[in-house]
Amino acid sequence: MTAQSIASNNGSELLLRADNVSKTFVAGTFRKHYTHALDTVTFSVPESPPTITAIAGESGSGKTTLARTVLGLVEPTSGEVIYRGNNVAEMSRAQHAEFRREVQVIFQDPFESYNPFYKVDHVLRTPIRRYNLASSKSEADGIVEEALRTVGLRPEETLGRHPHQLSGGQRQRVMVARAVMLKPKIIVADEPVSMVDASLRATILETLRAMNRDLGISILYITHDLTTAFQIAENIIVLYKGRVAEAGSVESVINDPTHPYTQLLVSSIPQPDPETQWGREQEARAEDEIPLTGCNFYDRCPLRMDECTNADPPLYRTAQNRITRCYRYADSPVHLAPDLRSVFA
Amino acid sequence: MTTETTVQTPLVVKDLKVYYHTRRGPVKAVDGVSFQLNRGERLGLVGESGSGKSTIALALMMAHKEPARIEGGSIILNGSNLLDDNDEQIRLRRLSEIAMVPQGALNSLNPVMRIRDQVIDGLKDHNVNMSVGEFNGRVAELLTSVGLHPDVASRFPHELSGGMKQRVSIAIAISMNPSVIVADEPTSALDVVVQKQVVQTLRDVQERIGAAAIMIGHDMGLMAQFASRIGIMYGGKIIEIGPVANIFQNPRHPYTQLLISSLPDTRSKRRLEGIPGLPPSLLRPPPGCVFHTRCPEAMDICTQDIPITRELDPNRFAACHLYDDSDGKEVIL
Repeated sequence: MTAQSIASNNGSELLLRADNVSKTFVAGTFRKHYTHALDTVTFSVPESPPTITAIAGESGSGKTTLARTVLGLVEPTSGEVIYRGNNVAEMSRAQHAEFRREVQVIFQDPFESYNPFYKVDHVLRTPIRRYNLASSKSEADGIVEEALRTVGLRPEETLGRHPHQLSGGQRQRVMVARAVMLKPKIIVADEPVSMVDASLRATILETLRAMNRDLGISILYITHDLTTAFQIAENIIVLYKGRVAEAGSVESVINDPTHPYTQLLVSSIPQPDPETQWGREQEARAEDEIPLTGCNFYDRCPLRMDECTNADPPLYRTAQNRITRCYRYADSPVHLAPDLRSVFA
Repeated sequence: MTTETTVQTPLVVKDLKVYYHTRRGPVKAVDGVSFQLNRGERLGLVGESGSGKSTIALALMMAHKEPARIEGGSIILNGSNLLDDNDEQIRLRRLSEIAMVPQGALNSLNPVMRIRDQVIDGLKDHNVNMSVGEFNGRVAELLTSVGLHPDVASRFPHELSGGMKQRVSIAIAISMNPSVIVADEPTSALDVVVQKQVVQTLRDVQERIGAAAIMIGHDMGLMAQFASRIGIMYGGKIIEIGPVANIFQNPRHPYTQLLISSLPDTRSKRRLEGIPGLPPSLLRPPPGCVFHTRCPEAMDICTQDIPITRELDPNRFAACHLYDDSDGKEVIL
C-alpha cells in the first residue's frame, strides 16, 4: 500500500481493494499473442457505507476479467486484490471460506447457473449445508423462505420446481436470494439483467437496490448498459481496453462525459424517446499507423491530437468527484492517488 | 388488388396464425396477427420473449419449420399471397422481393467462403447473369453502400468484427433491391457503439432503396430510434399499433403503459417498476383478453371476451375493453 492510497482512504476501513491489478492472457504455442485484459486498475469499496459501484465498458474492456479477479477466480498477473486486509491469492483455508461466503456473485445467464435436473430447492439448500447456516431442517426451511420473500418471490410458487418451470426473471431472483441468504458483505453482479425482458429487468434492479439499502450489502454492478448503471449505481468506472478511462459519480459522468470514449458510449445509448434521436457523430476511423505508445483510444478518437501519441495520458482530476484519462484536461491536476476512493467520497 | 396499392403497400398480413404442434396440443405463437407495411416505412414489432415476434419473422420469410405450421391468414407480398406459392416460387421471391437481416448473435455467414462469393451466390441463385467484372463491381458497390471498404470482398467472415459481419448481412439483404426487409434483433450481442452504427446503416440503405422495413426486437430504445410505427405484441397478438411518437407519448393499452413506464432512462433516478406476473401460456391461453391476468385495470368482461381491435385515432389501433364505449370503429387488423 502506498502512502498516497492511505491518504486517500480518509482513515475509513476498506472492504475490498484492487491494487494496480493487471491481467495478461497469453495464447499461441510458437508465436505468443498477449492480450492485456486489465492494465493497472486500482479501486476500492469501503466497509461502510454500503455502496453500488458500476463498472462499465464494451466487450473487450476487461470488465468481466476484473469481476473474476475480484472474486479470486482469476489470478492477477501483477498487483493484488485485498479483502479486509488479506490478499485473496494468499488466504488461508479458513480465510478463503469466509471470503467465499462474504463475497457473492450473480452471473449474466440464470440458465447456466443451474443444473437442470435439480429442483430450485437444491440451489438454495446447498449453501446452507456447506456453511452450516442451520442446525435443523425447519430452520433451513425458514432461511430459504425468508430469502425468497426478500427478493419478492412466493416460496410456495417457487420451491419444488425445476429451473425450466420458472421464468428468466424468477430464476435470476432465485440467484439473488441464494446470494442474500449467505448475508454477504458484497455482491458482484455481472450483467445480471442483460438476458431478461424489460418488464422483469426493472424488478431485478429494484431488488438489488433494496439489498443495498435495507441489508447493507455493497454491490459491484458490471455492465455494458449505461442506462441501468445510471439508475442503480452511485459511482461509475468506465473501462476501455483494460484501463480506467473515466470515473466519478454516475450522474456527472453520464450527463456530462469528459473522455471521448465515454462521450461516444453515451451518445450511442438508444434513448426510449423518439424525440431524442441519436446524433450523427461518428468515431474516427483507424488509420494505417496506429501508435504503440500513447493513448489506447487514439485510433478511434474523434478529438485526437498529436501529443496523444507521445505517452499514455495520466488520470486528470477534472472536478472533486471526477477523473478522466485524456490530455484535453492537462490543465487539471494529475490524480496521483491511484485509488478512486477519494473521487467517490 | 390494384397495381397502385401494391406499389404503395408491398406487404399486407391478414389474420396470420402460426401454431407449433406439440404432444400437449397446439402452441398458438402467432394467433390472428394483421398489419400492413407501406413503401419506405419502418415498422418495429416489440414484445417479450414468447410473444410470437420471431415466429412472425420466420413466417414472413416462409422459413418456419415443423412443428410450426401456418394455420390461417394470408401474407400478401407485392399483391400476391406467399401462402399460394410453391417452394420454388418462394425461393425466387426471397431476396428479390423480401430479404432478411439475421440476428446479430447468429453467425449466418458461411465461414469458409469469401465475402465476395457469398454476395454473388445469392445473385446467381436468382438467375442474375453478369460478367465476372460486373459481379465484382456490384459487390464493391454494395459493400460501399453499407460503409465497408470494397477490399472486404476478399476476406473471410472470421477476419471481420461483429459489426462488419452485420453490415455484410445488410449488403446481401439489399443485393436485389427487395421491397421488404425483415430484421430480427439485428444487433443482439453487439456493443452499443456498433449497434448504433448498424441500425443507422440499415436505416440509410432502406431509405435509399425505398424498401419497407420491419424490425423485430425487445429493446424499446432501439425501436424509438429506428421505427416510424410500432406494434406491441403480447401473447401471440398485436395489442396496440401506431406511430412511434404517439405510442410513447400516449400509450392506450394498459400493457403498453406499464411497458413504457418500466423503461429506465438517464434523465432522473427513480423507482423502477416491473410488470407483475408472468407472460401467458400459449398452450392454454387465458380466456378473454390474454393480458387480463396481469392487467391492473381488468374488468369482468376481460376474463370472458377477447377484445376487438379498434381504431381509436387515425392510424392508432388498440385491442382493449377499456375502449369498448369509444366511437372507435371496429377493424379487423
